[in-house]
Amino acid sequence: MADKFDGLPGYSGEAALSDTDAPHARFDIDNVGPLGRVQRFLHAFPTMVPLIVLALSVVGFGLFAGSKFFSPYNMSLIVQQVSIIGVLAVAQSLIILTAGIDLSVAATMVLSSVIAGHLAVRLGINAPVSLLISFACGTAIGFLNGFLVTRIRLPPFIATLGTWNVFYALNLYVSGAQSIRGAEIDAAAPMLKFFGENFSLFGTQISYGSLLLVLVFGILWYALTKTAWGRHVYAVGDDREAAELAGIRTDRVLISVYAVAGLICAIAGWSAIGRVGAVSPTSFFEGNLQSITAVVIGGISLFGGRGSILGPLIGALIVGVFQSGLRIAGVDVLWQLFAIGWLIIIAVSVDQWIRRISA
Amino acid sequence: MKTAFVGAISCALLSTVALTVPAYATDAITACLVTKTDVNPFFVKMKEGATAKAKELGIRLMTFAGKQDGDADTQIAAIESCIGSGAKGILLTPNDSSALVPVITKAREAGLLTIMLDTPLDPANAADATFATDNFKAGELIGKWAAGKLGPEAKNARIALLNLNPQQITVDYMRNQGFLKGFGIDIKNPTRIGDEDDPRIVGNAVTNANEEGGRSGMESLLQIDPDINLVYTINEPTAAGAYEAIKAAGRQGKVTVVSVDGGCPGVANIKEGVIGATSMQFPLLMASMGVEAIKTFAETGKKPEVTPGLDFFNTGVELITDQPVDGLPSITSEEGLKKCWG
Repeated sequence: MADKFDGLPGYSGEAALSDTDAPHARFDIDNVGPLGRVQRFLHAFPTMVPLIVLALSVVGFGLFAGSKFFSPYNMSLIVQQVSIIGVLAVAQSLIILTAGIDLSVAATMVLSSVIAGHLAVRLGINAPVSLLISFACGTAIGFLNGFLVTRIRLPPFIATLGTWNVFYALNLYVSGAQSIRGAEIDAAAPMLKFFGENFSLFGTQISYGSLLLVLVFGILWYALTKTAWGRHVYAVGDDREAAELAGIRTDRVLISVYAVAGLICAIAGWSAIGRVGAVSPTSFFEGNLQSITAVVIGGISLFGGRGSILGPLIGALIVGVFQSGLRIAGVDVLWQLFAIGWLIIIAVSVDQWIRRISA
Repeated sequence: MKTAFVGAISCALLSTVALTVPAYATDAITACLVTKTDVNPFFVKMKEGATAKAKELGIRLMTFAGKQDGDADTQIAAIESCIGSGAKGILLTPNDSSALVPVITKAREAGLLTIMLDTPLDPANAADATFATDNFKAGELIGKWAAGKLGPEAKNARIALLNLNPQQITVDYMRNQGFLKGFGIDIKNPTRIGDEDDPRIVGNAVTNANEEGGRSGMESLLQIDPDINLVYTINEPTAAGAYEAIKAAGRQGKVTVVSVDGGCPGVANIKEGVIGATSMQFPLLMASMGVEAIKTFAETGKKPEVTPGLDFFNTGVELITDQPVDGLPSITSEEGLKKCWG
């Protein structure tokens, strides 16, 4: 029986052999060697790589930088330090799971916090209402991104490159690049600084912002793994056309993903007010790239559809551990950048290697 | 879905305002202002000062800014467009003291008056004039104040230094080194942050001059030495962030924070005891003097002169504190609030 695929690279001619017992028709998993087994294992559990890196780096810096690094207090401090970028990384992960990218996450976050701050402190509007308006603005910005990507058919990189600049400029316009001081917030709307509060537990210092980080990851983990919406997000990211053919309304899924990401950014904005102790329009200028770094190191594939939402949490922690460890060891800041650069390259190389299994 | 889209648009409109384009006579003198960023209120105020002065004198002012601290590319492109536009002069706060020298030379060759505001070029005489805060002096004032405040305890001080960024630009090292010299520390190379070996220095951290960086940097330095009792900060937002870290570590009231700038939120933070002392500078004055100089140059060809003993025109710096130290002139935060910018 002639096969029209005969001679094409990578095609084994299975169709022609389907009625025989020839051994090469099987998917052979026995003779892959130890490295191949590792590859398969990592393919099945993509978060293992960042988890191992995190464990190794904590131990490594513990030996390198000593007890000042390896104390419960410093460990909890690292969580506080990544609590904002970590939440942004959740938003970023959602977008990257759909094979997109969002450069506007930090601008959305900062603009939302500035809007909340101005409404509550400058205009004296009641704090919960101000926050709700800022959440609505964040969601609307995300929706605009989703609209540009699905209806105007802009590549996500371009759409969010545009909205990043637009909303960053609006942030500077609304705030005049001027911070709203902590004392003013305390007087007018202390609720805005809620996530900056903390409590002690076994020698650690846990901020409410750190708890928010865990909570946001928990909710998104549930939504992505236990709901139909979550499976649709993965399906759209893996192969949009196939998802469409399977009856998923891919445009709706995408718009919802961008809108949810915008909402998460706005919530991060609230948390950021607590973390920096002020409404700061100039902080987190590189938050978009830092969130992408966390996602990539966390093992979510930039090509979409693969990776666990818990990866970016670990990715953000790895970056935090490196920064804290190198700072405490007194290493010059430029070597911190150097180290994180290599982390990104290695993380994506490992991802590429793992992906080869399905080729 | 439509409603959410309308929401996005109205969000954008909510925060936008109609821009009015002022009309100028076609033969008006043109001047350009290129600031470091639109992010720092210092430069936002500078732009306001220049715009107001230009309007008063009937000068057409074109304004540009880099995207972030250190962004020299955007500034070079802005200066090139400015030369092309037939402007008579350029006011620039260089993001990179060396990288902008060639394009400024080009502007001078094209017959423009080039004035640096706030940050000098390296070498300073590559521009026609520099109107700036004496940043070394600004640092020195807060350093001397800190030494006076700590008194005999100064010899046991534990010092944290919160700087700008890894590039070590002029304003960054001048303030840092001025502070250390004022405090009485051997600074070795005065253009290099971090080459000191005085055991009182716990460490340096970079902060990008904002609250978030100030807090993270201070947290790390407190991990190295929880007994830090003196903190130098590049500007007041950084100081506010550092204070959050101090508070979280339960060291409130045991740490003295000093800063440079004189922005109104910073002066208010002096009043509340967040910052101990700050050196106030005068961005509006720099900008308005710069615009005037360009007008004078366009009409008479006369170039501005420098302050005797310095290679730039000193626009002044004033120490603000509510805990004055003997032999060091200063004004209170109450008076400072009347002079502050932003």
